[in-house]
Amino acid sequence: MAKKAKIEARVLSQSILAEGIYDMWLETELAMDAHPGQFVGVYPANKATLLPRPISICEVDKEKSALRLVYRVVGSGTAEFALYQPGDIIMILGILGNGFPLEAAEGKRAVVMGGGIGVPPLLQTAKELSQKGTEVTAVMGYRNEETFLSDDFKKYAKMVIATEDGSVGTKGNVIDAMNENSVECDVILACGPMPMLRAIKQYAQDKGIKAYISLEERMACGVGACLGCVCKTKEADHHSHVHNARICTDGPVFDAEDVEI
Amino acid sequence: MNTQVEIAGVEFKNPVMVGSGTFGSGVEYSEFVDLNKLGAVVTKGVANVPWPGNPVPRVTEVYGGMLNAIGLQNPGIDVFVERDLSFLKDYDTRVIVNVCGKSVEDYLEVVERLGDEKRVDMLEINVSCPNVKEGAIAFGQNKDALFDITSRIKKVAKQPVIMKLSPNVTSISEMAKAAEAAGADAISLINTITGMKIDIHRRKFALANKTGGMSGPAIKPVAVRMVYEASHAVNIPVIGMGGIASGDDAIEFIMAGATAVAVGAMNFHDPYTTMRVVEGIESYMRRYNVEDINDLRGCVE
Repeated sequence: MAKKAKIEARVLSQSILAEGIYDMWLETELAMDAHPGQFVGVYPANKATLLPRPISICEVDKEKSALRLVYRVVGSGTAEFALYQPGDIIMILGILGNGFPLEAAEGKRAVVMGGGIGVPPLLQTAKELSQKGTEVTAVMGYRNEETFLSDDFKKYAKMVIATEDGSVGTKGNVIDAMNENSVECDVILACGPMPMLRAIKQYAQDKGIKAYISLEERMACGVGACLGCVCKTKEADHHSHVHNARICTDGPVFDAEDVEI
Repeated sequence: MNTQVEIAGVEFKNPVMVGSGTFGSGVEYSEFVDLNKLGAVVTKGVANVPWPGNPVPRVTEVYGGMLNAIGLQNPGIDVFVERDLSFLKDYDTRVIVNVCGKSVEDYLEVVERLGDEKRVDMLEINVSCPNVKEGAIAFGQNKDALFDITSRIKKVAKQPVIMKLSPNVTSISEMAKAAEAAGADAISLINTITGMKIDIHRRKFALANKTGGMSGPAIKPVAVRMVYEASHAVNIPVIGMGGIASGDDAIEFIMAGATAVAVGAMNFHDPYTTMRVVEGIESYMRRYNVEDINDLRGCVE
């Protein structure tokens, strides 16, 4: 794995995809080592803030040495990011985390599942699986008709949509959409809110298939030192030997069977 | 130009250490910095048995700093000795092991176990973690309890002992004196300041533990004041910490009376902070023609 670094990145573009959802491309050498499902820490310039904001990698363009981050404005840090203009220089930390195990899905009936701001990291995942000849179905859940990134997914995957308000696709959640569209699969790669991930873990268990889920938690260091962002694991973790894996370094992607969520 | 300092007979190539719990045992940050350039690596607190720590969320940001309530998650002394001390074996830096416990006996077990570990240069006794219900801070907020645990540890310890003090006390001078009177070889301060944050949108505490220890640049003036008071109350060396982000910050602590300093939460902001502090101290010394870092200690009266 490539060495981690805190380095400058240059904003290439920024646009709004949906209410509160922003789409920013960054030029950075970190792009060369990026794997789907990994993330970067983005530092607000505001001196009163200390910690990098963990943001998943939505897409990678190695030719342009660029990373695409699609993020939701949730606090003062991300509100600052939303103001960035092309040409701005920002600081990022990366590449962080393990990423999705594409080898576990290659050549199988693969489903990538995302919910809300968990949708973005599945785009690069679908893209790379598709480039390796794997047929991918993307099952994405949204609140309403603002189905951001769905046009991008259609380039690499069969697209199935669920919306909470029923404005597009299946009314309900991603599991409802799976059932309504009779989607059969051997492996699920997923990211989204905890209730969705719990439902996916149960679904995979019932169907006897594999599911790899990307977790999130409040983080400080992002590199595995502070032990801030842990999740309960079935077996003793290899670092602290206490059933607490570090989401930032042992994850964020875990085999759903291995974590107690 | 001399940056070497000495604490209890142990020589450090420079006064820059790390704050326990902000640097693991150095493995993670060795990807960013050359550990050989540090005065010392101070390890994450280790207990006699593995501790699972507190529920999440364990960390949250506040203005100019952060709160943490990790709860001293650690793998216990067996894994620590085998894995972490082995990792540090080949580095040319001092190793200070931070020791935590829930009872005096817990501390003594770890201290005795480390006695024959040649890689361990000093012990730092954590009697000031605000995030653990039993033990830990109970020893650090009462001067009689602090005297008692310090003297019992000193009876069995084979390495020099640093007592890490809590700022959550009425008089830091009294606590420093109690540690010195019980035979401590040095003291380090400050540990984190107990704080709280409420998420007004969710109407919940930001941390599962409700309270957490505050660290980061916002606490630096409190830390400088306490280092000044403590170092004027005792004759043993003081290791100063609390929000150090630069060489200038380190110099400020040294002028307040610290022999060495530690970089804590700022490692999370910038993994290269320790190196910037080492370089910043040297550049200050060049700028003001300081021959020996020891000449600056306590120079502000």
